[in-house]
Amino acid sequence: MIHANEVTKRYGDAVVVDCLSVTIPKGGITSIIGPNGAGKSTLLSMLARLLKMDGGSVTVGGLDVTATASDVIARRLAILRQDNHLSARLTVRDLVTFGRFPYSRGRPTLEDKAHVERALAYLDLGALADRYLDELSGGQRQRAFVAMVLCQDTDYVLLDEPLNNLDMKHAQSMMKTLRRATRDFGKTVVLVLHDINFASWYSDFVVAMKGGRLAAAGTVDEVIREDMLREIYGMDIHVHEVAGRRIALYYE
Amino acid sequence: MRALLLAVLVMLVLACVSLLVGVTHMPVWAMLSGYDDGHAARILAISRIPRTLALVLAGASMAIAGLIMQMMIRNRFAEPTTSGTVEAASLGLLVVTIMAPELPVMGKMLAAAAFALAGTLLFVQLLRLVPLRDPLMVPLLGIMLGGVIHAVATFIAYRFDLLQSLLAWTMGDFSGVLRGRYELLWVGGLLAAVAWIAADRFTVAGLGRDFTTNLGLNYKRVLALGLVIVSMVTSAVIVTVGMIPFLGLIVPNVVSLTVGDNMRRAVPWVAVLGAIFVLSCDILGRIIRAPYEIPLGTVVGVVGSAMFLWLVLRKRSHAA
Repeated sequence: MIHANEVTKRYGDAVVVDCLSVTIPKGGITSIIGPNGAGKSTLLSMLARLLKMDGGSVTVGGLDVTATASDVIARRLAILRQDNHLSARLTVRDLVTFGRFPYSRGRPTLEDKAHVERALAYLDLGALADRYLDELSGGQRQRAFVAMVLCQDTDYVLLDEPLNNLDMKHAQSMMKTLRRATRDFGKTVVLVLHDINFASWYSDFVVAMKGGRLAAAGTVDEVIREDMLREIYGMDIHVHEVAGRRIALYYE
Repeated sequence: MRALLLAVLVMLVLACVSLLVGVTHMPVWAMLSGYDDGHAARILAISRIPRTLALVLAGASMAIAGLIMQMMIRNRFAEPTTSGTVEAASLGLLVVTIMAPELPVMGKMLAAAAFALAGTLLFVQLLRLVPLRDPLMVPLLGIMLGGVIHAVATFIAYRFDLLQSLLAWTMGDFSGVLRGRYELLWVGGLLAAVAWIAADRFTVAGLGRDFTTNLGLNYKRVLALGLVIVSMVTSAVIVTVGMIPFLGLIVPNVVSLTVGDNMRRAVPWVAVLGAIFVLSCDILGRIIRAPYEIPLGTVVGVVGSAMFLWLVLRKRSHAA
């Protein structure tokens, strides 16, 4: 369980996240949705102690993220932000191996190596393992980064817009992989998503933000509703039931 | 692994050549066959071995300093001469020469290192204030900062009649290396070993602040360790033999192209190739117009600038 209590972030006079409290349940996929500038990425960064809070507190599985030693948190929670530009030239295997850093401090054991191979296989990167990241396509690189955070073997995995740069096929396979990870290993996956239909289709829990505040939090049926979406996005969005799931149409 | 052993072998051969090349006649055969009156052995012990060791130590440690800098700044063109570090170190050396001339050389080195660290931190702060889109702007900013610091140093040196010393620090020259006058470079060698031990931390830091925090490391602490190593190595080299330009830029970039940037793998390569590069340039400078010598800084400057241009142009076409 991730619990944010009155979390606040300011940049000068602008309040980006405003005294927000939310509880993300353990297990399954939770999506954070909302319009641009709602503070989704900022919230995610604060949940993962990457960004200093101006107020409030966050606990992950009972551990206060700012008060607990960073390497302890690193074995409990992994985060991947968007636009991971690397100037260093690393192979896919190098990168994924760094996911084991919190355990072996750069001296990977046999057990660590097994974890690395499993993560590579999990994201279907076996054939690319010894290629350099700068030789890969955007989608392949994204998969390599996700393999690294999965290799970190944490109960909680936070991903900021993991579907960026991915075409439909890879976006679908990424979401399936994440869902599989929640079922196979009991992980809790928290995503910032822009496409509300991906959120609707794959999420167990949805957190909606607007203007730095919590707009709604609940199951898909509770949040993906016409009245809710109109309030969150400020536009008319029609919700249809397709194959028993809720699909939002907002193209015209 | 085999390739690395081969490189070490090349380095050892070059080191032997470096022992044999010199103005003073040194009858090796006489020494080996026992006919020598101790003359050859003395030259070897007082001049040739120290010079060769100095070349290897300075070459290896400066190349590693460049590699660390590139990881910490996260820019391929960062190195002590393109970040104000060298200029700040020589300013520090100048100040300590004027204020405390009787300080032992170790103390002077530490003072220079403190200045170097301050200069580099200023550079890091500047990078944070000025968002740069083009990676080539980073070294340009560093060179500008270095220019400003160097101008201040030149003014002070002019007033105190120390221009000669300033020139010696900024121009690498190994002709003055004798036993008892190079040992400070072992500090550089030691720090290079520390860099190898901490290699994984530096690679992680090279992935960025968020990556580092995610993996449970304190980013600021790794950055500080890296910049302290760079500052100490730079000032040790400047105090003893003077600056070797381009070295920290070329060697890590060539290594990056072949074995990548995982520092655990790259550090030994960078150290060995750095030593090879400096040994070759020094031997070249000694034989081109023997019995006179061309200072190492000049040889490296000519060879290095050509290679730097090649790297820049290559990067450009690579990025496009």
